[in-house]
Amino acid sequence: MTDTPLNTRDASLTKAIMEKIRRVTTQPWNIMEICGGQTHAIMQYGLDQLLPPEITLIHGPGCPVCVTSLEAVEQALQIAARPEVIFTTFGDMLRVPGNKADLFTARSQGADVRVVYSPLDALKFAQANPEKQVVFFAIGFETTAPTIASTILLAEKNDIRNFSILPANVLVPPAMHAILSNPSNRVQGFLAAGHVCAVMGYHEYPPIAEQYRIPIVVTGFEPVDLAAGILMTVRQLESGQHEVANAYPRFVTREGNQTAQNIISRVFEPVDRQWRGIGRIPLSGLGLRPDYASFNAVNRFELDTTPLQESPLCIAGKVLSGVAKPFECPAFGVECTPTHPLGAPMVSAEGACAAYYRYHRTRA
Amino acid sequence: MTEPTLPILEGPNCPLPISDRGQIVIGHGSGGQMTHDLIRDVFQKRLSNPILNTANDAAILPQAPAGQRLVVSTDAHIVSPLFFAGGDIGRLAVCGTVNDVAMLGAQPSFLTATFILEEGFPISDLEAIVDSFAAACVEAGVELVAADTKVTEHGKSDKLFISTTGFGWADSNLTIGGEQAKAGDAVILSGAVGNHGIAVAEARGNLGFSSSVRSDTAPLNHLVAALLDANLDVHVLRDPTRGGLATTLVEIARQSQVNIQLEEDAIPIDKPVRKACDLLGLDPLYLANEGKLILILPAHQAESALNILRARQYGEGAALIGQVLEPSRGQLWIKTPFGTTRILDMLAGEMLPRIC
Repeated sequence: MTDTPLNTRDASLTKAIMEKIRRVTTQPWNIMEICGGQTHAIMQYGLDQLLPPEITLIHGPGCPVCVTSLEAVEQALQIAARPEVIFTTFGDMLRVPGNKADLFTARSQGADVRVVYSPLDALKFAQANPEKQVVFFAIGFETTAPTIASTILLAEKNDIRNFSILPANVLVPPAMHAILSNPSNRVQGFLAAGHVCAVMGYHEYPPIAEQYRIPIVVTGFEPVDLAAGILMTVRQLESGQHEVANAYPRFVTREGNQTAQNIISRVFEPVDRQWRGIGRIPLSGLGLRPDYASFNAVNRFELDTTPLQESPLCIAGKVLSGVAKPFECPAFGVECTPTHPLGAPMVSAEGACAAYYRYHRTRA
Repeated sequence: MTEPTLPILEGPNCPLPISDRGQIVIGHGSGGQMTHDLIRDVFQKRLSNPILNTANDAAILPQAPAGQRLVVSTDAHIVSPLFFAGGDIGRLAVCGTVNDVAMLGAQPSFLTATFILEEGFPISDLEAIVDSFAAACVEAGVELVAADTKVTEHGKSDKLFISTTGFGWADSNLTIGGEQAKAGDAVILSGAVGNHGIAVAEARGNLGFSSSVRSDTAPLNHLVAALLDANLDVHVLRDPTRGGLATTLVEIARQSQVNIQLEEDAIPIDKPVRKACDLLGLDPLYLANEGKLILILPAHQAESALNILRARQYGEGAALIGQVLEPSRGQLWIKTPFGTTRILDMLAGEMLPRIC
């Protein structure tokens, strides 16, 4: 007997789950989806419009592009501007504004900035251009970390010394702590990011659920997955539970992908990291271990490290920590648009402000 | 005093200039013999017609037929790489301009073209591209009546740029245009979107996998002629090229000051295109097309229009994808399969793949 594959975009199944959510909901609840990919899907399919009015979705800080610190963006711009450098990055980092410029501007001024889909492509550039320094902008959550770590191991094995990374990877659990310990926190339940859990498992979450007495449900990215994750969260909230549950068992196990975790911890170690719009979160980033420090671009180039100021208009911090909705920002859609972003959440399609701008403006 | 040693003369052996080069050199842009040879051997051989053959500095065009007006469009074509699955810059340079002329309801008849060549460009590639250019002219039923070539030093341009201008005749009574969409009109799309964008991305090596997607580059003037021959009350015709279906419809909504609503389920998208988009975090509604048209006309004529399109080459996949709603500032809305609606905006800048 063969299983029929689940159509995760099935409209009637999604609507049926939404109907169940409506039936079990008796009072208002605030649920945060951590991952920007989930925010994007919710907006793209208009899933928030199918929820009962009591349920409010708060869009979390899970867009790696948005939370990459201004300092890291400025370092990227300085490194990219060097004539001996080929600077490589995932596509949507190109439009993230630094203090005055973005990587698109750098490219128009002659910098060799290339979009790659994988750090392994950057390593190929390094092999093909031995006279150049190839730098990869290492951004992302636990999802991009294994490939970046394997690329460094491969560079070491093949003695490719003109390759380095600008480390900016961040970790999800410390951000959850930061949000939940904030005195103005409104989040009552979490949808944990399915892709991150596919790598890391969810064994890190029970202490968080216990400490803050909050349900955490591992959730995927397609309409049916999201609806199921929200239903499981609401059921727990309504019955006063605070367990860690898995609504994405197709891809996620409690222990996660051990091989990937081992590669990450061989190359990286947790370090304090600045999150754009949120601030410094202890042990929330991945830094290179001393054995691999020679692959750190920051050690390779002389960089100006003057402290930096964000645009005073942007309320990204409040948006990313779930305290304010994007449209509560006075600059939203006026001074700040996807073509002229003041802050990072307006840049990436996964950013909460860009997702709202794109999918959620009112009919006029 | 010794006698000076003189070379023994073996006869005249002055080196002859190389006449048969495999690539473009600066001399091809001199305007002299090499330019003439290039034009004769590469261009005239493939694009000969009575007007071009006069070899004058300009072409004289016939008078407009009675009751018709001249419609002109011009477009520069720059694509990297020059060859991609389903087309090349030669076919693109003809179809792009032919389609722009056709979108005002005109039948394109003549083209002019400028070929900007980079020193070092292989002549065999140029021949293949001019072959394809000529074949597209035959398919569209247009003649190249004036042309120019220029050569830049190596590194001052990129292989080959082609700029074309198209001329066609349109009935003087036609009022087709982006500002003509009216509340209640039907919005029709001639076939699946996103193929050109994915095919070019794949040819650039940007996919990281092979997708079997081919560019849809095609002349659409015969489809337009069939629609007009049927006396349909065509309000808007436009080809959704760069910026894709969504950006083009936002333009139309703003020009016509109406809201337009699409049905997401009804928009034809080929499976391999959808798969590539899912993997890369791209949105097919914003990918470029080079052989599709958007048709807006009164709803009661939608079925006739669909029948006409579906019976013809390049219109087989035509579908009714939405409708024009009330007058407004001009917004584009899409109804999802979940019964929810969301707004669609113009493409902000270059489309960037999402990270996760």
